[in-house]
Amino acid sequence: MSVRVQRDDFDVSREMDALLTGRKDIGGVVSFTGLVRDFSDDRNVGALTLEHYPGMTEKALAAIEAEAHERFDIQASLIVHRFGRMEPGERIVLVIAASAHRGEAFRAAEFLMDWLKTKAPFWKSEDTPDGPKWVESRATDDTATERWS
Amino acid sequence: MKLLYFAWIRERTGVHEETWPLPKGTATVQDLIARLAERGPGFAHAFADVKQIRAAVNQETAKLDAPVSDGDEVAFFPPMTGG
Repeated sequence: MSVRVQRDDFDVSREMDALLTGRKDIGGVVSFTGLVRDFSDDRNVGALTLEHYPGMTEKALAAIEAEAHERFDIQASLIVHRFGRMEPGERIVLVIAASAHRGEAFRAAEFLMDWLKTKAPFWKSEDTPDGPKWVESRATDDTATERWS
Repeated sequence: MKLLYFAWIRERTGVHEETWPLPKGTATVQDLIARLAERGPGFAHAFADVKQIRAAVNQETAKLDAPVSDGDEVAFFPPMTGG
């Protein structure tokens, strides 16, 4: 179990290897990588800047990860979330969930992403043709969070 | 107490982090928001729509009726948009 908040990019396969090295009890591992896209709703966007709350962010991610271990039969997990400025195509977030059986790993990875969207203190600002705009929270993200309660 | 502001609340107040004495009669997050909104046009603008404000007390998400005291770290921010 671990979480990291960092400015730098990450390497998905290295992170997965590091998490699973020496493990013989894992039957399936699911990873999700979130990327910066170049459109949002009806407008084109350039770079994205992610602000966060140092201290609380790490605690919130660790609490979300702990909740995933309570709810699902997973044996290993990782959350890496970046902050700062990122261009379209760059990686923003990585979650990995590993379990003896694939179903739990799939569900845990989806749960981790749904919860961190609305419960980890990050705020996105997008560069648009009209200047930087704070991204508004989405009702669909709240619905995705609530379906696990 | 230590106060922190993030995203457009930080931009509107013009402050990221500050130390501020807890005003008398301020018992909850909601009371604190009311006091802060009186600090000038930037703060009034930042705290005009309480529905858009989320808070944390000592780095834990807190509701508007959560108690606050002078040693606390209280943060104000819009709904989170990570992931």
